Amino acid sequence: MSEDKVTIKISKDVYEKAKQYIEKYGGFNSVEELVEFVLNEALSEEQGEAQRVYSKEEEEKVKERLRALGYI
Amino acid sequence: MVAMVSKPHGGRLVRRRATGKRLEALREEAKELPKIELPYDIAVDVENIANGVFSPLEGFLVQEDYLHVLYDMRLSNDVPWTIPIVLDVDPDEIVGVKEGDDVALTYNGKPIAVMRVEEIYGWDKKEYAKMVYKTTDTRHPGVAKTLEKKELLIGGPIDLIDHIESRFEKYLLWPEETRVLFREKGWKTIVGFQTRNAPHRGHEYVQKAALTFTDGLFINPLVGWKKKGDFKDEVILAAYEALIKHYYPKDVVVLAVLRTAMRYAGPREAIHHAILRKNFGCTHFIVGRDHAGVGNFYGPYEAWDIFDEFPDLGITPLFIREAFYCKKCGGMVNAKICPHGEEHRLKISGTKIREMLKKGEKPPEYMMRPEVAEAILRFDNPFVE
Ligand SMILES: [Zn+2]
Repeated sequence: MSEDKVTIKISKDVYEKAKQYIEKYGGFNSVEELVEFVLNEALSEEQGEAQRVYSKEEEEKVKERLRALGYI
Repeated sequence: MVAMVSKPHGGRLVRRRATGKRLEALREEAKELPKIELPYDIAVDVENIANGVFSPLEGFLVQEDYLHVLYDMRLSNDVPWTIPIVLDVDPDEIVGVKEGDDVALTYNGKPIAVMRVEEIYGWDKKEYAKMVYKTTDTRHPGVAKTLEKKELLIGGPIDLIDHIESRFEKYLLWPEETRVLFREKGWKTIVGFQTRNAPHRGHEYVQKAALTFTDGLFINPLVGWKKKGDFKDEVILAAYEALIKHYYPKDVVVLAVLRTAMRYAGPREAIHHAILRKNFGCTHFIVGRDHAGVGNFYGPYEAWDIFDEFPDLGITPLFIREAFYCKKCGGMVNAKICPHGEEHRLKISGTKIREMLKKGEKPPEYMMRPEVAEAILRFDNPFVE
């Protein structure tokens, strides 16, 4: 899994704000997760594919359940 | 028709399902928190919020949003929203709870979510009834239910920490799943169909009329509390399975349930139903005659007219007139395409169908497919007692 990841630097200020956001609203386990989500969303919006907001792994999980239930 | 990808309502699909370490931490925290026990209807809506069915809502409405929804049918950020999703509590249930505190929401005594209490506020239940149901007549089931609610509302985001088991687990799909599913099927246009009935020929007609110019059909019955005399949930599903098996091409239909209460709010609920299906990934939504109506509280086409007020809804409503069998036309038609008089028309009556089934009889084929009737009659008692 780790070889699929790269390191990105962001300003401390934004990082702190992101941390506070998560503390306040929850929904994300880490700043990393939030950053990935927001970026993904921005990019998929650009491509007109707003529904592709989940990671590959999560999507695989969804497909597994759909297959198990006979939907695909 | 322009192929469009349906965006979740408000821009992104909400996900407030705690996972991993955060889930563990919240489950621990919930043990110590003040607890608010939820009735089933609200508990399932907590799960709907967490799984994005109610996107962009992240929790129960705070006062500013509540008032906007009540009077403008929009959230305070102007996104269309017509049914206030609120959590009512008694003052003595929240003794010592302040704004900013966390509380545990429980169902059958088990914590299912943690809620951050952003605001505690009073509300005028009669005013709610007047705005949402357009009446304060207690013979309206939604009004009666509203007036019985508790004195205060609490608003704030929720984080789901447990799932409420369903009798229909196999049919329980969430928006992130249907969106993947529709994409896997290669569907670009998907029409949503709301129902609380076993399908007769009229339902089949409107679904197929819509399916003629869309890629896929999403049949999405509401399961949960029903009035006495309505079809049982398991009967509706069995009836649809029979219809799909015998009368729909392979791979054009997805059948999944939605657990949420009927409000019987007519036009407002028609918009609400459309928004929910938009979140599931539908691009189109069939709006019935007197959609979500009850008794004579709403005009037959009020639920169509209200869509004029929401050009920015982001899902296309389809208004298809109810079908009947015309002897002269020689098939199922509707008033828009059949020029013949009443004497040639055989009406499909839901009441008549139910009466016949109650006696163990198969309705005539122009009303209900025999395979569907057989599937229903396999149940000892297909109706809610
Ligand atoms: Zn005719």
